Amino acid sequence: MHADRRGLQTATRPLACRTGAPFSLTKSDAAVTISNPSLADKAAEAAARATPDGVVVRVRALSDRAIAWLFIAPTIVLLLAINIFPLFWAIYLSFTNFRANRPNAEVKNVGLGNYSRVLNDPDIWASMQTTAHFVFWTILLQTVIGFALAYLIDRKFRGHAFWTTLILIPMMLSPAVVGNFWRFLYEPQIGLFAYAVSFLTGIPTSDIQMLGSVNLAPWAIIIVDTWMWTPYVMLICLAGLRSIPDYIYEAAEVDRASNWRQFWSITVPMALPFIMLAVLFRGIENFKMFDMVNLLTGGGPGSTTEVASITLKRDAFEAWATGRSSAFAIVLFVAVFGLANIYVKALNRVKQR
Amino acid sequence: MLKKWIPLLGATAVCALMSVPQAAKAEQLTLCWAAWDPANALVELSKDFTTKTGIDMKFEFVPWTSYADRFLNELNSRGKLCDLIIGDSQWVGGAAENGHYVKLNDFFAKEGIKMDDFVPATVVGYSEWPKNTPNYWALPAMGDVVGWTYRKDWFQRPEIQKEFKAKYGWDLDAPKTYDQLKQIAEFFQKRQIDGKTVYGASIYTERGSEGITMGVTNVLYDWGFMYDNPKKPYDMQGYVNSPDAVKGLEFYKSLYDCCTPPGASNVYMVESADAFKSGQVAMQMNFAFTWPGLYKDEKVGGDRIGFFPNPAEKYHFAQLGGQGISVVSYSDKRDAALQYIKWFAQPQVQAKWWQLGGYSCLKAVVDAPDFKTSQPYAPAFLESMAIVKDFWAEPSYAELLQAMQKRVHDYVVAGKGTAKEALDGLEKDWTEIFKEDGKI
Repeated sequence: MHADRRGLQTATRPLACRTGAPFSLTKSDAAVTISNPSLADKAAEAAARATPDGVVVRVRALSDRAIAWLFIAPTIVLLLAINIFPLFWAIYLSFTNFRANRPNAEVKNVGLGNYSRVLNDPDIWASMQTTAHFVFWTILLQTVIGFALAYLIDRKFRGHAFWTTLILIPMMLSPAVVGNFWRFLYEPQIGLFAYAVSFLTGIPTSDIQMLGSVNLAPWAIIIVDTWMWTPYVMLICLAGLRSIPDYIYEAAEVDRASNWRQFWSITVPMALPFIMLAVLFRGIENFKMFDMVNLLTGGGPGSTTEVASITLKRDAFEAWATGRSSAFAIVLFVAVFGLANIYVKALNRVKQR
Repeated sequence: MLKKWIPLLGATAVCALMSVPQAAKAEQLTLCWAAWDPANALVELSKDFTTKTGIDMKFEFVPWTSYADRFLNELNSRGKLCDLIIGDSQWVGGAAENGHYVKLNDFFAKEGIKMDDFVPATVVGYSEWPKNTPNYWALPAMGDVVGWTYRKDWFQRPEIQKEFKAKYGWDLDAPKTYDQLKQIAEFFQKRQIDGKTVYGASIYTERGSEGITMGVTNVLYDWGFMYDNPKKPYDMQGYVNSPDAVKGLEFYKSLYDCCTPPGASNVYMVESADAFKSGQVAMQMNFAFTWPGLYKDEKVGGDRIGFFPNPAEKYHFAQLGGQGISVVSYSDKRDAALQYIKWFAQPQVQAKWWQLGGYSCLKAVVDAPDFKTSQPYAPAFLESMAIVKDFWAEPSYAELLQAMQKRVHDYVVAGKGTAKEALDGLEKDWTEIFKEDGKI
């Protein structure tokens, strides 16, 4: 109640002033208003009385809470419309045989049929394995290289700012651009990559077929993703390293801890929450990897690099098996959400240390 | 209260009055197609339509790799972007059954447009659904077929001819059989010509959309691959995976392994044409639409390029490409769109269409006495168009295509399993899809 009344006062006063102003606020009145507050109150009261009933009621309803709701309502509506509603709709669709390209066909409930088909489909498991391989190796390489780069940049040698900028460039490109130009770099006849490898190893360039080879194609996409996103991991690690106060190192010096010991006992544990955060971001991103791989290999050769999101897109928007692909999407969502939740719990525990 | 609304209503009324005549007058049609050479020719051609009728033409062209994605999405969401669409031949089943296209039978009858005036294969391929019934959903617009180009200048060099004859015992020329084709490809593979290493042939191997399927079916038809039992529809066992078809697929892989340029694991129309243009390959498999452009090319065109239809094996077929033009049923401008089709079907417009670089399907154009000599690629085109066969045009064509892309790419490019396993698997996938559709 108390809060409400305060809300009423704060809400009505500006209104009163506004309505009162044309009648009472001449120059001399202004001076009087300041010196004599009771007069101002009277004017406000008069103005409030003069306000039509409908308006008064509306003003009274504007409590703090109502204003808060008013401000977040557009966001909530948007969120419901384009995030939450589609999610529930997809859950509903995943139990049906609905096909978005056959609007006239009867929609039937198939129970868990879609889920059992998705989970028993060897192709889908193959795509999940491809995704797992891709996610694991990209994260490992990016974390190791990214942290190493951050550690070096943190030495603050001459020109380190310049090198930081240079390293960050790949990250600023669009994945579509990266996919396209790496396709040319990997090209056996004209590509720089093949040329460089051939220069170092002596293997003729025409034998260096990164994207066409079953064994090398998965590594080709890992190399590109690592090239592109290591700078991002480096940035986050750098923030972590910079956040370690110097006095801790000074204390370690006093205790005559070796550099090696300092690294493992101070640097790594204190930067760990940041590293874990970087791993989380990269993990979620690469789990949904689509654009770059699609441009590089289109999932080929065969289905060697067909990551889960490419399979999903093909099911959903080429085959138009909307029901089945919804089930697949829900399975993926639960997997990512579950893994991320467990991971965030671990992250919080590390942070509390 | 009402008083306040009156001016507002008035304003709305004025707006409505202003916009109604506008909609009726400033007519503009949007035509959707793929972004490729023939589309530019159509833009040129359509200028005549605008001068004649005052209807503006707007074009929405999308690159081939995302063409199906983009426009099937548009049709499935009942979008009004396209008034006219030149949709791919395989879409006709789905588009007819789901009501995306306007049925044109009554319109053809009224305007006196006869399907008998068009090349029969194109009518079946682009217009009819169900196939081989007189139900028309499109007017054949752009004839296209897979054929081959070769480097005539290399083939005619005396030293090459001599060496070839010594090695294989016959005179080097455009191949008539697949054995010959492979011998030529092997002969040129990694040969030094003018100080450059060149390769045998460029063939389709693309994974993402439909590339490798178009290339493989193009060759497999000749070896005896059939989609189903001619007497019993959807009975595929022993037709899709017949011993002959298996041999054909093995041949395609052997050609890929022995005679393609390095890195040719994801090649479709553009990449294949590029390989030829850059002087890498002696022969190139590609749709006929690329021929006018290649013939005009400064480096490999003119006297240096030759064209030949698919070689023959047990049978003689070629993969059909090309499209018909349809009216989208969600469009508000149906009459104007039909007017465009009526205009496009006229013989003189069709003749100009061929001159500008499009491939007309009108008999009056392709059977004209001077057609064969009008362009150097005209004979190969005509010969190929007489032997065409097309992929499934069922509403489920996309799923059928995906299954084939995967099975065939797995075997040919990734080298997984055997040709028999690939085709057995394909037969199984297709049977399952048709079962789901309730066709079997």
